Amino acid sequence: MTNEELKYNITELLPAAFYDEASEFLTVIIPSEALLPLMKELRSKKEFDFDYLFCLTCVDWKDHLMMVYHLLSKTHNHTIVVKAKITDTVNPQIESVNGIWKTAELNEDEVFDLFGVKFLNHPNLRRLFLEDDWAGYPLRKNYTDEHMIKL
Amino acid sequence: MLLGEDYITEEGEFVINMGPQHPATHGVLHMKIWLDGETIKKVEPHLGYIHRSIEKMSESLSYRQFVFVTSRMDYLSAHINNQACALAVEKGLQIEATPRAQAIRVIMAELTRLASHQLWWACAGLDLGGVTPFFYAFREREAINDVMEETCGARLTQNYMVPGGVMNDIHPNFQKRVKDVLKQIKDNFHEYDEILTGNVIFQNRLKDVGYISKEDAVSYGCTGPTARASGVSCDIRKLFPYDGYDKLQFEEILSTGGDSWARYQVRMAEMLQSVHIIEQLIDNIPEGDFAAKTKVVIKLPKGDFYQRVETARGELGVYLVSDGAAVPYRCHYRSPNFANLSAIPRMAKGAKIGDLVAIMATVDLVIPDIDR
Repeated sequence: MTNEELKYNITELLPAAFYDEASEFLTVIIPSEALLPLMKELRSKKEFDFDYLFCLTCVDWKDHLMMVYHLLSKTHNHTIVVKAKITDTVNPQIESVNGIWKTAELNEDEVFDLFGVKFLNHPNLRRLFLEDDWAGYPLRKNYTDEHMIKL
Repeated sequence: MLLGEDYITEEGEFVINMGPQHPATHGVLHMKIWLDGETIKKVEPHLGYIHRSIEKMSESLSYRQFVFVTSRMDYLSAHINNQACALAVEKGLQIEATPRAQAIRVIMAELTRLASHQLWWACAGLDLGGVTPFFYAFREREAINDVMEETCGARLTQNYMVPGGVMNDIHPNFQKRVKDVLKQIKDNFHEYDEILTGNVIFQNRLKDVGYISKEDAVSYGCTGPTARASGVSCDIRKLFPYDGYDKLQFEEILSTGGDSWARYQVRMAEMLQSVHIIEQLIDNIPEGDFAAKTKVVIKLPKGDFYQRVETARGELGVYLVSDGAAVPYRCHYRSPNFANLSAIPRMAKGAKIGDLVAIMATVDLVIPDIDR
């Protein structure tokens, strides 16, 4: 599908979605609550068939967190970026997509570890890199600890 | 459960820890394994023993500096990691490396791939009980490292790629020495097959071990030889060419076996493809500048940039988020080993504990790339 067709089809599913075409891939920006139903459609519908989640990460924009999912379809060879906006930065949470793409399990553990985003219905949410009693989430912009050197 | 404390679960499963200091994990990887007799019920990777927070570090380094930190991720594909970052910055600046730089980059990247696959081959033999292959592979790998040393002054973490091209021009001896290396590899390659590939004991330890289907390989995000052995077409050099790979003749090696033996064969065939790629370029390095002109302080425009390359282990993605400043706002590495590792529990389920070593040997993990 071309970007225009993708846009048209996603708007039918989710009228509240915003689009950003400034970067290389078509980017869909959605509220975090709408993530799971949209992702399920993107995976299961034959004309989307996004079977390969090749990058899952998070960006801290200080007033909100943005989950970023890069998706590719091996059959149709089209790419899309889904960004889910989490407005609650104190207690951020979002649905896990582990049931759709299995690669999400460890990637979500990593985001939980470094950003503190809690993934609902994740089979084994744990701190992947840091110790279990580590205070704070290092990739958050407001993170500080006594070992950090101010440049 | 504490490390080193063995216990039996209520279902009668025996839980053991493999690593963090285990010769077959090639680094500090800790696997927690649930066993029923000798059969693996479940594997859970525990990471972070060499987590250096490279992503956080990159947020305070300039676009010239952050390139070199990535040499310390997958240190066997150091060149290719640097290339990915350099390409990501070039994408942001909307410039391209000069033709000469592109040719040098591709030659160096393929030499890196050869050296990496040779080290994998050596260690795969070692893991499965054959010590001799190690010396055969290191004979050729040493020759490649000598070329690296002469060209960029370092043998392992070369730091040779910069945004716009390469750091300095090639050594006058470069072409001759690379040709010597290629000749040496081609002349000696039959020995690899004679000493290890044809060995019946070695074959039996790999065949039908660690099977993963095509669908699972895609779902777990496997890339590189691991996925291509299951029939997933995922060679970034073919699918999303960069640095002039589209002008070169080479084949994407695919297999449908899906087991450790298929992964072994894919890597062996890839070595010859790399030789083939270098042969096309080595006499045709264009004249001209070795780097495009870039400003001293690089600032990327606001936005997201994603660049992927094919390292020796699969797809490395560099995701850069820029807010217009001289340092990245956020920098994420989609590392091939991290995704391949997540498939190991699937591959190992139902296998014997001794086979886990064979699986890890053929998936070819580099732990610093997982931990970052």
